[in-house]
Formats: sequence, structure tokens, C-alpha cells
Amino acid sequence: MNDTSLVSVQHLSRHYGSLTAVADVSFELAQGEVLGFLGPNGAGKSTTMQIITGNLAPSIGHIRICGIDLLEHPKLAKAEIGYLPEQPPLYRDLSVDEYLRFCAHLNRISRDKIASAVTQAKQRCGLEAVGNRLINNLSKGYQQRVGIAQAIIHSPSVIVLDEPTVGLDPIQIREIRSLIRELGKEHGVILSTHILPEVQMTCDRVQIISNGRLVFSDHIANLNQQMDSTSLRLGLQHPPPENQLLAIEGVTEVEKLDDGRLRIHHARGNNPASQLAEQAVTHGWGMLELSPEHKTLEHIFVEITTSEEVDELAGVK
Amino acid sequence: MMLLTLAQRELRTLFVSPMAWSILAITQLILAFIFLALVEGYIVNQPQLMMLENVPGVTERIIAPLYGAAAWIFMMVVPLLTMRIISEERRNHSLTLLLSAPLSMTEIIIGKFLGLMLFLLLMTSLLSLMPLSLLLAGHLDFGHFVSILIALLLLIACFSAVGLYLSTLTTQPTVAAIGTYGALLLLWIIDIGSNSVANIEASGLLSYLSMLRHFDALARGVFSSVDIVYFILFVTVFLVLSIRRLDADRLQH
Repeated sequence: MNDTSLVSVQHLSRHYGSLTAVADVSFELAQGEVLGFLGPNGAGKSTTMQIITGNLAPSIGHIRICGIDLLEHPKLAKAEIGYLPEQPPLYRDLSVDEYLRFCAHLNRISRDKIASAVTQAKQRCGLEAVGNRLINNLSKGYQQRVGIAQAIIHSPSVIVLDEPTVGLDPIQIREIRSLIRELGKEHGVILSTHILPEVQMTCDRVQIISNGRLVFSDHIANLNQQMDSTSLRLGLQHPPPENQLLAIEGVTEVEKLDDGRLRIHHARGNNPASQLAEQAVTHGWGMLELSPEHKTLEHIFVEITTSEEVDELAGVK
Repeated sequence: MMLLTLAQRELRTLFVSPMAWSILAITQLILAFIFLALVEGYIVNQPQLMMLENVPGVTERIIAPLYGAAAWIFMMVVPLLTMRIISEERRNHSLTLLLSAPLSMTEIIIGKFLGLMLFLLLMTSLLSLMPLSLLLAGHLDFGHFVSILIALLLLIACFSAVGLYLSTLTTQPTVAAIGTYGALLLLWIIDIGSNSVANIEASGLLSYLSMLRHFDALARGVFSSVDIVYFILFVTVFLVLSIRRLDADRLQH
């Protein structure tokens, strides 16, 4: 275990009767890191987050928040966490200001600092204009922002956000993403989502959870490398025989696609695009298209989660 | 400190809805009507009462029956106030806010209970203005009056504790209210058959459990620690049950 980690989860399991929602999940979150939690519906993302924030007790396992054991000293540990659940926990009959003030009180912010804490949270979430309005009368997007403001009002070390951009319009989504990046500089942020580009844009590290198990955990930087293209899409009017293409340096495999185009697989870091173009011109192949194919996070996600299921099925049989 | 924040929040929730206001207005109206009827009755019957050997005073003839009626009215009102306390927070998903905040379950329950009690205290003090107005015309037996007041407050605390517990059990406020009515009525009349029960021990137990017995004793001005302990135990048991219930959410299997 690392002393500097903000969150340290070890061998966490949660059972509901015979159903296992989370099985033996371990991970750490460091200061200044945004951790993305990915997974299909019902994979155990929300359960994990509820456990980390003390809303649900784990069946087995240890959780430490800033070195404080969550189960032994729940009050101390909870003071270091800000949590936005799937459904923002709002009191609809209060105005935004009243609500945030109440949250500040709940989090034991001293009386003289409450006003500034409320102002700062409102400013960070773009709520200055709606301070006096009843939460009930706000749009879904604004309610979501109030939920985020509530989670960051006491500037906790760890911020846990469960699908924070659901129900927001594209501009608000961009704002919230940049807010998350900004928060990630000083705090540790755990973010759950099923919007894949969101993870690529905002997170430093990705964990994929499937059927309650952690099946993938890596830094976004490594992931981006993995996602570098290893294939080209080539469209030719007069395609030559395959062996002529294979003779070009770097080409490892040629695949015929349904629409008459070709997929050229090549070794990483050895892109044959320029040679292909040269050859096409000299031999008069009539090139229509030449574009690199990017492997997206979606591919990786689908690969991992479906192969997992196949394994499970095989295991059952 | 934290308890006060929560209590204040609870009180505010009550007052931002028309619920608290309408309950205050209607109970006050009904109790004032009863009060006037009692005063009227006392004045009319005064000549006959004077003939009695042990002349009953204003406190006995007006205040005791007034607070007896108030006890019934509170039994009908309290479940309406308690039903939403936890169940509505569950429904609106706002309970998560309290559970994620650095608060213990005990603080949450006691804070909410306190908020409710503050509101009911306000109702009782409005009610108490009526007997106090009699001071303009005569004097009261203050010992007896305070005993009745304490009895009513303890009784209300019991009602609230039961209501709070039933509210933690469900997400449907109406179910909580119906459950509370049932539980309170049962505890109120539990000794109804105690005279006909052959087994003396059983009948003793039933009449001991009855809230009415303990309330009546105090309201008659018999200030016995047994009754006080009964009420305090009663409230404690239901508050502890509520705390356990809330904690069980976290541990659910």
C-alpha cells in the first residue's frame, strides 16, 4: 500500500444474498489523478462508489480514505469525501443558496467560512445566476450542477462522481468536463460513466469493471499508444494482386473489405502509407482513399467486456 | 451543533409547505372551541360545584379535560408530521446527502426527532396560552398544570418516536402514517380488555403498556417516577430502533 494514495481499496467484495455485485476489487487513487470507472450497466460501478462513500457496507474488504479506515472512523473518512450519486441528493423545496449553505453546515465548515465556500462552489459550477431560485424549478442540467457543487463545497480530498454528465446539453458537458479536469489537479477524482470519449478526455487512468470484477486498469497514455493505428484503409480503382501489396515494406497482412476496399495491416511505428501512395501512382492503381484506422476505446471496451462474458459462459459449462 | 443544523432543516421543511401552517391553524381552532365549551360548562355548573365538600378547581375542571382532548388530537396529527421524515428523503434520494456527510446515524435520527419536537413544542405552547389566559380572571394550581403539561409533552414525544421509526421502514409516507395510527391506537387502548382477562399478571402487563394509563396518572397530578420512566424508555427504544433501521440500510444483504 502506498502512503500517499488518497483512496486505497483492497479486496473489496459485496454480496446481495447469493448475488455478487462486486468481487475482489482493489485499486488506489493518487493525489491529482482522475480515475475513470467504465463498465456496462449493472457491472457494479455504482455499488463500488456507494461503498467507497460509506453509503453501503462492504461484505469483505478494506477502504482507506487519506489513510483513514472508512469502517472504523466513518465520520473522519467521510469528511474527506465529496459524493455525487446517480440521482443528485437535492432538497427541491430549497433555493440553491439555502441548500448549499445547509450542505456546508453538514460538512462542518466553520460559520465564518460558509459564505465564501458557497460562493466559490457556485462560481465553479456556474450557478451564480440561479442562487435565489428554487431547486425544483431548475432544469435537469442545473440540478446536476447543484449536485456537483454540493460534492465540492468542503473541498474534499476525494471527489466521487457517479455519471456526472447525464442529462446535460453538449455545452454544459464540456464545461463539466473541464471542471472535472480542474478539480483533478488538486483533488483526487473518481468518475463513473459509460460515455467512452468522456473517459478519454478527462481521465488519467481507466478501470473497466465487468460483472463485478476489475478486468482492466491502465493509464490513458498507455491506452492511447495501444489505440495508435496499426491498419490503413485503402481504396483503389484497379487493385493489384495481393502479393504485390505484401511486398511493400511494413505491410503484414492485406484484408479485403466488403465494400471493395482493402485493409492494410502494418507493424506499429512502421507506416507504409507513403510507399503505398508512390506505388499506386507509378503503377496506376487509381487511388481513391488512404486513411489510417484508429482503434477506439470502444473497441477495447467491447473486446474486454465481451471476452469476459465468453469466459464466464465457458466457465459455467 | 450538528443536531441543531438538522433540527433547523427539519423545521424549515415543515414551514415551507402549507402542511405545518394548516395543522397549526386547524388544531388551534378545534382546541379553542373545546376550551370555550369547557369554560362555559364550568361557569354554568359553578353554583352546584360550590356545594360539594371538596370543591374542584379550574385546573381540574378545565385544563385536565382540555389536555386530554389535546392528547387525542395530537395522536391524529403526529403521524401526519412524522410520515415523511425519513421515507420522503429515501424517495427523493436526498438521504444519500446525510449518509455521505460526516454524520453518525444517531445524529441524523436525533436531529430529525429534535426538529419535530420543536414544532410540537410550538403547538403545545400555543395551546398553553389558553389556560394561562384564565389567570386574568382567577388563579391556577400551577403544580397540577405543569404536571399535565409534562404529561402531554412526554406523550407527544412517544407518538413522534413511533412515527419516526415507522417512517424509516418504508419509502411510502402513507404507509408510514397508517402504520403509526395503528401502533398508537393499539398502545392507547391496549388495556381495554385488561379487566376481563382472568390472568391477573397478563392484565397487569397490558395496563402497564397502555399509554393512556400513564398519561392519565400524570394528568391527574400524580407525579410518579414510574410513569416518567415509562415514557422515557418508550422514546429511547423507538429512537434506537430507528437508528438501527437506518444503519441496516447500509448493511443490507
